Amino acid sequence: MELHQQYPVRLRINGQDREFNVESWVTLLDLLRERAGMTGTKKGCDQGQCGACTVLVDGKRINSCLTLAVMQEGKEITTVEGLANGEELHPLQQAFIECDAFQCGYCTPGQLCSAVGLINEGQATSRDDVRELMSGNICRCGAYPQIADAVVQIMDMRNNDSADKPAFTTGAVLA
Amino acid sequence: MNPFTFTQSKDLDGVLAALSGSQARPIAGGTNLLDLMKEGVMAPPQLVDINGLDLDQVEQGADGGLLLGALARNADTAYTPLVRERFPLLSSAILAGASPQLRNMASNGGNLMQRTRCVYFYDIGTACNKREPGTGCPAKDGVNRQHAILGTSDACIATHPSDMCVALRALDATVHVQSSSGKRAIPFADFHRLPEDKPEIDNTLQPGELITHITVPEADRFREHSAYIKVRDRLSYAFALVSVAAALDLDADGTIRAARIALGGVAHKPWRVEAAEQQLVDQQAGEAAFAQVADAILQGARGYGHNDFKLTLARNAIVQALSTAARGTDFASGQKGDQQ
Repeated sequence: MELHQQYPVRLRINGQDREFNVESWVTLLDLLRERAGMTGTKKGCDQGQCGACTVLVDGKRINSCLTLAVMQEGKEITTVEGLANGEELHPLQQAFIECDAFQCGYCTPGQLCSAVGLINEGQATSRDDVRELMSGNICRCGAYPQIADAVVQIMDMRNNDSADKPAFTTGAVLA
Repeated sequence: MNPFTFTQSKDLDGVLAALSGSQARPIAGGTNLLDLMKEGVMAPPQLVDINGLDLDQVEQGADGGLLLGALARNADTAYTPLVRERFPLLSSAILAGASPQLRNMASNGGNLMQRTRCVYFYDIGTACNKREPGTGCPAKDGVNRQHAILGTSDACIATHPSDMCVALRALDATVHVQSSSGKRAIPFADFHRLPEDKPEIDNTLQPGELITHITVPEADRFREHSAYIKVRDRLSYAFALVSVAAALDLDADGTIRAARIALGGVAHKPWRVEAAEQQLVDQQAGEAAFAQVADAILQGARGYGHNDFKLTLARNAIVQALSTAARGTDFASGQKGDQQ
């Protein structure tokens, strides 16, 4: 019937052109995991509340659970599988290992893609900024200080602007 | 998600024709609509993807104000230097909302159209007058920590969840809409509505109408003294319990020439009491005057049990927002708007 119509979608995923036929209601997340066979991107809440499904679309980080695959026609998608260069890890992946920035690892693909997006955006200038601008990614193991360490380490490498890293604080909370 | 047909159009007339006389809904960022469809709260039979329309402007308007296209993303809007430098209240309000990923997706038009996060509205296993008119409001005697204290009705005590809209209300924005039968400009005060006996209707947008852009009048006199304070259950990425957009026009000795104060998290729409703002004119900026105006703004407020604390919290947040604004705008505060 008409409602189960398939819609053609062309995407460039991690540098490869791919074509799919999907129903209207298939999210980008479900396309990646179920149709493209790329299960690096995780489904956590499926409601835009946890950030585990974060991917980059044309270099911008988004929640892939809250967009339809058919809305991304022609877009360039980068998932965690696309960060490394062959066997050579992306600097952020290496920094996550060095900083012990994960325990169970379920949120890590989203954390990594989010951190790449954060660096692309160029808005963070301090550790507090990094913490605020990584707040869309929940880590139930509580590796937040180490995740911030890893991102700050990479930003320092890229900008070479500061060697002194302020100690971890919980920040000011109103009320 | 319910099955639905999907169309895309790069032509405004085509979109407006598709939206007229049908149950089709436009989709832009999709961050709220798709969530509601997954939960079964909304089930539109047709979605029209409007992302191809040429409505992503963030630029100076003809009158020196701001012109925001309905499809400009929240993040792009907040980070545009024109917005950051000339409308810091709007920039910091936007950046206090949601997460970076969601702000990259969410459109300005969609921000206005987002629906309440009332847990009963979201739970299709419960009654809700907004979701199913006439079924009742379990929030009034239920879990209502997040709920409204102003402008409520017997039918509904939901809040509007936006941060951006609180700043737009304070800055006297205008919402520009279009349908296949013409264009209309709606003052921001009249866009969202109170629940009264029709809580299923969030705003005054009519069937077939699409938000095309939002304009904000020039506000340079408030530029140096504005603040957006958002109080929530965790430091970031949470809806407001209470938020306050405050802007002051001060002369050199600290006398108030004009004040703007709008509240979020307390009502079915951004809450503003212009008559109360008038009380501040010609007064010296300071806590005594701010506390008086807070009481005037909150006149008639009532709690429903779990949210009783909002009466005190809102009063204190108003005083704090005005005090912060009086000290001077923190132009870098957008990214961490609640840190003092």
